[in-house]
Amino acid sequence: MSLGPAEVAKIAHLARLAIREKDAPAYARNLSAILDLVAQMNAVDTTGVAPMAHPLDMAQRLRADEVAEPNQRKHFQAIAPRVEAGLYLVPKVIE
Amino acid sequence: MNSSSPTAMHDKTIAQLSASLAAGEFSSEELTRVFLARIEQFNPGLNAFITVTAEPALAQARAADQRRRQGEAGPLAGVPIAHKDIFCTNGVRTSCGSRMLDRFIAPYDATVVEKLNAAGVVMLGKTNMDEFAMGSSNETSFYGPVRNPWDLDAVPGGSSGGSAAAVAARLTPGATGTDTGGSIRQPAALCGITGIKPTYGRVSRWGMIAYASSLDQGGPMARTAEDCALLLGAMAGFDPRDSTSVDRPVPDYVALLDQPLAGLKIGLPKEYFGEGLDSEVARVVEAAIAEYRKLGAETVDISLPNSQLAIPAYYVIAPAECSSNLARFDGVRYGHRCENPKDLLDLYTRSRAEGFGAEVTRRILVGTFALSAGYYDAYYLKAQQIRRLISDDFRRAFAQVDVIAGPTSPTVAFNIGEKVDDPITMYLSDIYTIAVNLAGLPGLSLPVGFVGQRPVGLQLIGNYFAEDRLLNVAHRYQQVTDWHQRVPAGF
Repeated sequence: MSLGPAEVAKIAHLARLAIREKDAPAYARNLSAILDLVAQMNAVDTTGVAPMAHPLDMAQRLRADEVAEPNQRKHFQAIAPRVEAGLYLVPKVIE
Repeated sequence: MNSSSPTAMHDKTIAQLSASLAAGEFSSEELTRVFLARIEQFNPGLNAFITVTAEPALAQARAADQRRRQGEAGPLAGVPIAHKDIFCTNGVRTSCGSRMLDRFIAPYDATVVEKLNAAGVVMLGKTNMDEFAMGSSNETSFYGPVRNPWDLDAVPGGSSGGSAAAVAARLTPGATGTDTGGSIRQPAALCGITGIKPTYGRVSRWGMIAYASSLDQGGPMARTAEDCALLLGAMAGFDPRDSTSVDRPVPDYVALLDQPLAGLKIGLPKEYFGEGLDSEVARVVEAAIAEYRKLGAETVDISLPNSQLAIPAYYVIAPAECSSNLARFDGVRYGHRCENPKDLLDLYTRSRAEGFGAEVTRRILVGTFALSAGYYDAYYLKAQQIRRLISDDFRRAFAQVDVIAGPTSPTVAFNIGEKVDDPITMYLSDIYTIAVNLAGLPGLSLPVGFVGQRPVGLQLIGNYFAEDRLLNVAHRYQQVTDWHQRVPAGF
């Protein structure tokens, strides 16, 4: 499968990554090569094979709905890029 | 350092250090100072550490000495180790080898760190790694490549390259690593040390920065299987905070090291000795297998027919999971944020583009594509079906044999810069290790010789939760050989 710079730009937008225009052709080449490698899977008929999501085929464990962690807001805010009055600041979203 | 001592402190294994500390030959503080001095001397040339925590290390050492005086100490009390910089360490920068987390001070300890702290270890610092554990050479690190102590022109392997180089150069007697597609075993092989990736679920992933959650597993790296047994015993166990952690008792790995190998059936998969394997590496691995026959093991030719599908399936599953896991790095709550974002989208896209390097970007893009509308069945679902086939290959093999043996990596360490511009060639260096992660099995690499001055590793693969057997099989080999005792020149 071959991807071009325009397709890379579309995928980059989905991934919320700002890819510089000059880097797009190189990413397109790399991604196409990786998808060619991945295409080797198509040589095998997997009809009826149950997909394996977990190595031990375990179901996700559930726990009681109880408070287990203390509130550490101050601690966590200390490592945030921009905070004010206990909130995380981002650029204005609604005009 | 006491010159009359037969083995210098830094040359002792963890088991020997533990005995010396218990006998009062030296204190943990003295020992810690020896390793901190070696890090200061050698790390500028190796770049194995991202962060050195000298003062907290000395405080931990003094606390361990106190515990020993009070008779409350276990075998690891006062033993220095290093943590791969993927494990969160409370109050200490945890960068994951990325600009994204260059200034991230972890607000809590990973379970592995907490458990080792409870055992009384001393943390010397945080080791270098491929960015977000994505790489096989340690060249994708934001902090620059690590050099291989056996040959400074060579890579140490990756992604746990800093841990492997630090152990090989005697800058620490042991270290933690993580392994998603070979990231403990491949660098262990390339640096001539011993490392084990446990069964998926054996070691808690809580506080271990996620790359591909259905494959990631932490484990120990040290010079000997015995030392790995000591460390794994302290790291393993059920953790309610990790929903994939397995609730199953942890055996006494050290007590099980000496089981005899007579009657052991070692499977040799023909796919691991075919095209792509360097002939000199093959010769060294075959000599190691001959040694096992002398120890009483029987070898059985087996086949893992879907082996060649492991890399293709991995490069769907791992990027898909990584694209989802790394979505959390948005520049809002922690991590890198771009300057003067003009709106929220600009904040996200520029923070992420500036924070991630090229290999991480590639894998996020591949994963995003594979999970995008219309492609799910062709990629992710197909890869999960292949994963089942690979896992079934191993299940059939373990009905016949006790362990599987082969090369850890198809070549010895390659040169820094040699493969960095060619992702596909780089991916192929994990050809023998990736299937083990897809199946969730335990795998160990131990040093078994050299090609020129570069080490060769033998990979042992075990059945689920057979870490005890793998460590035992590696330990018996190390009782009759001395590859694990070789010291790189100049260290």
